Amino acid sequence: MKSDDDKKSKSVAKERLQFVLVQDRVKLTPDEMDAMRDELIEVLSKYIDVDSQKIEMDVKREDDMTALVANFPLKGSK
Amino acid sequence: MAGKTIVITSGKGGVGKTTSSANIGTALAMQGNKVCLIDADIGLRNLDVVMGLENRIVYDIVDVVENNCRLEQAMIRDKRYDGLYLLPAAQTRDKTSVTPFQMKELVDELKEEMDYVVVDSPAGIEQGFKNAIAGADRAIIVTTPEISAVRDADRIIGLLEAEGLRDPEVIINRIRADMVERGDMMGIDDMIEILAIDLIGIVPEDEGIVVSTNKGEPIALNDKAKAGQAYRNIARRIMGEDLPMMPLEKDNFITRFKKLVGLS
Repeated sequence: MKSDDDKKSKSVAKERLQFVLVQDRVKLTPDEMDAMRDELIEVLSKYIDVDSQKIEMDVKREDDMTALVANFPLKGSK
Repeated sequence: MAGKTIVITSGKGGVGKTTSSANIGTALAMQGNKVCLIDADIGLRNLDVVMGLENRIVYDIVDVVENNCRLEQAMIRDKRYDGLYLLPAAQTRDKTSVTPFQMKELVDELKEEMDYVVVDSPAGIEQGFKNAIAGADRAIIVTTPEISAVRDADRIIGLLEAEGLRDPEVIINRIRADMVERGDMMGIDDMIEILAIDLIGIVPEDEGIVVSTNKGEPIALNDKAKAGQAYRNIARRIMGEDLPMMPLEKDNFITRFKKLVGLS
């Protein structure tokens, strides 16, 4: 397995920053974020087969708004 | 004449707000503008020493607000440029000595006479920050390529938007091309992608800043310094010029040698 030391510290910084900014921008604690994520999975799973390991959530600032952008990949899809 | 008020802010301390304010103000004056710098960091004033004007202070911003003197009496004329003034902060008072309403009145009065009013905001997001942004037409956020500084910049962008100050611009300060190149520092693109605001300038890490602060002579006055050039470019962009960003230069053997023999 590749160790984390191989990763450039810049990439680590960027990932950590993006992670804290999601929480800062939606003004939720990490626990609340996790709870929201779990509830979303629960709701979506009633209708579709979500791959809960691959979910990505990000908060993006665009021209006129800040949006929560979430990706819920389907199980078995590539 | 109605000038523009620009607030220089950052959230996090120590990223170069005061240095940026001093240099932007100086560089705008070098372009022939009438400029008043305001130190809004009441209780922790420093713009006076960075500008080298600390010995000339008689009155300060709180004296003006409390009507102990007229506005013109508190404005210190710069020793290098006729059109450049500094309104110093009070040192023995605190942020509550001025209200956002009083601040707005003050900058509106100054705008009548000036092309630009440049407000140096204190660190933080409390009253000092609220005072500094009151009456601002435009905001410039200073940040450095560190997680903590970028995170705070992001928070400030949100607060400015909530106050109706839309489209702030960012200065990325203290960037080191050699560290970016080897993957140990976030680059300009990374930071702009994350913050999603317009870039108004890149200031490279420059030892000359320490020297210029030691002397009380803003580095914008030094035509050989890279950081000085960066600030002069920022001033021209503020004035509306469409200048390309200076490419980041690595401090390699050749540039170090050139410096050593005095070629750059």
